[in-house]
Amino acid sequence: MAKVLAVAEQRDGKFGSGAHEVVSVAARLAQDLGSTAQGVVLAGTGVSLDASSLGSFGADKIVVIEHDALADYNPEAWVSTLENLIREGEYRVVVFSATTLGKDLAPRIAARLDVPLASDVTEVDISDGMVSVTRPVFSGKAFAHLEIDASPALISIRPNVFPSVESVAEGEVTTVTPDINVSDLRIRVLERERSSDGVVDVSEASVIVSGGRGMKAPENWSLLESLREVLGADAALGASRAVVDAGWRPHGEQVGQTGKTVAPSLYIAVGISGAVQHLAGMRTAKTIVAINRDADAPIFGVADYGIVGDLFEVLPRLTDEIAELRAKD
Amino acid sequence: MNVIVCIKRVPDTEARIRIDGSGSSIESSGIKYDMSPYDAFAVEAAIRLKEGLQGEGDVSVMTLGDSSSGETLRKALAMGADRAVLLNGEVSLDGLATAKALAAELEGSEADLFLFGIKAADDDQQQVGQMVAVLSGRPCVSGVSSFEIDGQTARCKREVEGGSEIVEVDLPAVLCITKGPNEPRLPALKGIMAAKKKPLEERPAQLSGSRVRLIGFSTPPPRAEGRIVGEGPDAVPELVRILREDAHAI
Repeated sequence: MAKVLAVAEQRDGKFGSGAHEVVSVAARLAQDLGSTAQGVVLAGTGVSLDASSLGSFGADKIVVIEHDALADYNPEAWVSTLENLIREGEYRVVVFSATTLGKDLAPRIAARLDVPLASDVTEVDISDGMVSVTRPVFSGKAFAHLEIDASPALISIRPNVFPSVESVAEGEVTTVTPDINVSDLRIRVLERERSSDGVVDVSEASVIVSGGRGMKAPENWSLLESLREVLGADAALGASRAVVDAGWRPHGEQVGQTGKTVAPSLYIAVGISGAVQHLAGMRTAKTIVAINRDADAPIFGVADYGIVGDLFEVLPRLTDEIAELRAKD
Repeated sequence: MNVIVCIKRVPDTEARIRIDGSGSSIESSGIKYDMSPYDAFAVEAAIRLKEGLQGEGDVSVMTLGDSSSGETLRKALAMGADRAVLLNGEVSLDGLATAKALAAELEGSEADLFLFGIKAADDDQQQVGQMVAVLSGRPCVSGVSSFEIDGQTARCKREVEGGSEIVEVDLPAVLCITKGPNEPRLPALKGIMAAKKKPLEERPAQLSGSRVRLIGFSTPPPRAEGRIVGEGPDAVPELVRILREDAHAI
């Protein structure tokens, strides 16, 4: 049985769209292989978790692996645990989400299992029993189409690209507790700092409000923050390289070739002229809006909709209009 | 403190990427190559570490690639690395094959730190550092924006979703470096002259076959022509209407 495994991430007991996407992809691949999809979730002991909800995205069985040492991500604790499960399960494909966690974890699992990994894929299919993928290279300036000649084939999928396919079904949940000797761990997490609580990361956000040098000064980010707020919980702030290099914004927010490559459903570029490295990082967004005073700025070349004008006048108006619209919803 | 930094020669991030007629390779003519940007942060971190220890220790740089990668190694030497190794071989899209070749070379190494850029700016796989760590049995922290050595451990600041964490790792360790506060230095003339006399060894890479088969490359379809909705704040209501009614984006 060529089963497919989805590695679903939870945070504070909640599954985000990333978890729904990996399970949906696993279910589709399993169907093409004439088999079934399973999900695995790693969590701290006693986290209240509705793991059976992953069943409605197509997982027949969900394994919850619980241990105190799995509460926060520590690769030393996670890798052996997951490796064992994958070895025992004899999966044909293992699907990770290409989040910060997934991008750290998947290559370690690949090396343990001695199989290659296709990272950050934007398409995956089964053809003649082979796993074929498409993945962006050169930060999205080109795509590579590949076949993975190994089993299990390991892939990590780019957040926000694959649909979550929901149906009425429940998965059967088993909870297991592994043996983890905490004193063996060679990595220890000492502190965790959340720059903004509850705000989704730019790489996973479905809406991104991104600012560039046209914002003129770091204190003007309050205008972008207000817009982000009215756009909802799935919206994050992004930044151009210029403002990160200037120290106005943290590197974690940088979009582009030396930052994050993103695929949100809405990308609002404010005061960003659109260097080729930036465009590479955001051009697969579904809808792109640009606000810039320079009508010749390259950003307008990729934008679906643009407003030419002074962002300090346009931004507050945009925030107000969207807030008004949302209030009526 | 001995450090080995693994780097890669990639097209400059400003390069326009074109696919050749066969569809199976990237046009290399007219493209400027350089050290991958994150690798430059890793080299900078290694050199700063050595400078902080009054020059004690040794910084080696290593790469896998064809002989043209010698130029990239020379740049690292000009920045301040002490020695370089070029593993001559063809880099495939199978990151594990690359990792195996590097791990074979690092076997038995007594270096305290192995640094990688978090990802290469060409294939964007973000995997070779972690794979080398697993293959060579060393612990690994990825996404490190800065670190300091504290006895037999390294204290790393690590970028995670929506924040950061401080992680302690036992040495010897592999760190995958992301952009941090220390901008990579540009080689000075003195460094460029000195680099010419520094040792650069070249030997064949121990490459296993790639299990990732390239079917072909394609370029993203051009985006449909956009339109300017209007000028100034008065254009906002129309933009909001479009985003709601046509694009279903808000």
